[in-house]
Amino acid sequence: MTIPETGQRDRLHPWCSMAGDAPDLPLSNALQSALETDVLIVGGGMVGLTLAISLAQVGVRSVVVERAERAQITAAEFDGRATAIAFAPYQMLQAIGAWPGLAPHAQAINEIRVSDGRLGAQPQRRVAPLFLHFDHHKLGDEPFGFMVENRHIQTGLWSAAQQRPEITLCAPARIEDLTCSAGGVRATIFEPDNTPAGSTNSAVGHCVQARLVVGADGRNSTVRAAAEIGCNVGSYDQTAIVATVAHERAHGGIAEEFFLPAGPFAILPLADLPDGTHRSSLVWTETTATAKSMLALGATAFQNHMAERFGDHLGDVVIAGPRWSYPLGYLQADRYVDEHLALVGDAAHGIHPIAGQGLNLGLRDVAALAEVLADGVRLGMDLGSAPLLNRYQRWRRFDGLVLLAATDGLNRLFSNDVTLLRWARDLGLAAVNRAPRLKRFFMRHARGTVGAMPRLLKGEAL
Amino acid sequence: MPSTSATGATADAAEVERFEQLAEDWWNPAGHMALLHRLNPLRVGYIRDQLIWELAQKLQGVQPLKGFRLLDVGCGGGLLSEPLARLGASVTGIDEAQDLITVARAHAATQNLAIEYRQDSVENLISTTEKFDTVISMEVVEHVVNPAAFVSACANLVAPQGKLIMATINRTGKSFALAILGAEYLLRWVPVGTHQWQKFVKPSELARALRSVDFMIDDLSGVALNPLSREWRLTRDTSVNYMITAGRY
Repeated sequence: MTIPETGQRDRLHPWCSMAGDAPDLPLSNALQSALETDVLIVGGGMVGLTLAISLAQVGVRSVVVERAERAQITAAEFDGRATAIAFAPYQMLQAIGAWPGLAPHAQAINEIRVSDGRLGAQPQRRVAPLFLHFDHHKLGDEPFGFMVENRHIQTGLWSAAQQRPEITLCAPARIEDLTCSAGGVRATIFEPDNTPAGSTNSAVGHCVQARLVVGADGRNSTVRAAAEIGCNVGSYDQTAIVATVAHERAHGGIAEEFFLPAGPFAILPLADLPDGTHRSSLVWTETTATAKSMLALGATAFQNHMAERFGDHLGDVVIAGPRWSYPLGYLQADRYVDEHLALVGDAAHGIHPIAGQGLNLGLRDVAALAEVLADGVRLGMDLGSAPLLNRYQRWRRFDGLVLLAATDGLNRLFSNDVTLLRWARDLGLAAVNRAPRLKRFFMRHARGTVGAMPRLLKGEAL
Repeated sequence: MPSTSATGATADAAEVERFEQLAEDWWNPAGHMALLHRLNPLRVGYIRDQLIWELAQKLQGVQPLKGFRLLDVGCGGGLLSEPLARLGASVTGIDEAQDLITVARAHAATQNLAIEYRQDSVENLISTTEKFDTVISMEVVEHVVNPAAFVSACANLVAPQGKLIMATINRTGKSFALAILGAEYLLRWVPVGTHQWQKFVKPSELARALRSVDFMIDDLSGVALNPLSREWRLTRDTSVNYMITAGRY
């Protein structure tokens, strides 16, 4: 085992940074104990935790390594985003028993309204009269999905994972010296040394052995980098401004998306607070330059810009809480698998949030990988073996590419103010609105009930 | 017959030598053994399903074969022994080819699997008093000198209430066309000379040999290969590959 350079450690983990002339990691502490497991999951976010809980259903053991401190992730200030969990992934969370922890914070999405918008002088002209309206009753009684704040998803999944004896959670911790070979996966997990003898800078290393390592560690995946899997990345020169707003009237479970020239402006319904406050999550896309100046504005000016776009259909609306911003880009890994290694979620692909499909795509990866591994474990197969991983890649990679292309195309089509394109897309929206079959097609996509569905997404047991 | 004192009476020394030459490539899923690698999950599933009847237990995933003492006769490089050991069985693998036993041991070590591999013959094992809950011998009987004697020797190692599971290729016109002409000469999926059609065994012959040692046939299933996807599946058609399960009652 080699101890990495201090610089790299500093960058990855602030708690481990070496102050001045502090000595390097105490070697005696390293390799204090060895850990043997089936699947090593790097990244304890929504995707990684869902995978661990799914695998536990069939007795597959996992070790989840998360870099960030738990208290930090679940704090309201850490992640202001809320996520749309489509109906199919919702069924999956039900199937693995993780939904009850999320349910109290979930807001059902019953209707989706899509329209072409324009910032104009007269408020009544701001939204084009032609718009697309999806009502869940056209597809049955179930909603399109649910809106849940990320921190509630995190908390719910984390406590569900804690209840499974098959899962070992390590956080905050980091992984180093990852090697994958025919013999399996080896790595060292470093956790801060909390024993009285340990100084604030020292870390304890555990050697971990597994059959498979899964990179669920996001766009800047260290697992992907360790396997030297290249990827196609790009920026949209758009930034999403995210904030929670409180409004006077109830939203009725309606999600709205206006296509403004700079990018989509989405109002996504959140569950009411216990005190009855009606809330929505705002995802407001601007060109990166505009977003920068918006974010630099004072509270009142920012509020006014927001209100101008938001409209008054929900009555008075005010920003409640901090604003966050996320630069938008896309990413597609060249491969989703390698020897004894698989990538899931944002580590494998990142897409434009225009259709709210990012996490759903990741959860579809999880459902497929969990099914492939469950089938494999029942046949005594090596969980890191090529036949299993290739089946996962064949199943998922095409879907990832399709959604990348679709969201990219939608963004190009809508994020502009070219008059001809405006007419074309308004007519397009209106045409889709009047063609029931096409409309059902889009609605099924919004719900995620399309394609060769893994058992979990159908709400079945693994 | 070319057999030495080191090998059992039913083994064919020339066959043993041919398989030894494949030892190095045994665990390469894209190598000479590619078709066998693809067949493996189906075989493991079949064995598991023959041994365990409760669906719930099968689906649990965690070592449903725990407690089964299992003998893999003609284990080769351990393609079948390893998954069965992962399913919880305590597996002993024997093969006449020393090179293959070496490969099998080395591979099991990389997987943290405790499998007992021995270079041995069924005939030698009979002389010990060791008995097994299940004896499996897959794609072996078509390579031995005297199939009936081989079946009887394997049966001898099965404990009371135990099972013997075998897989082989039927001796039919279709098997000649598919397994010899097609797989070996035309498509080169399998090295030329792997199989000799004359040595293929009809299910009736296998069943007769099993009944003569007081075994009852539990199941006879055909195994078919889709030539396009190269995926194997179970079928009723036993005219080419098939698997048979018999019990000592």
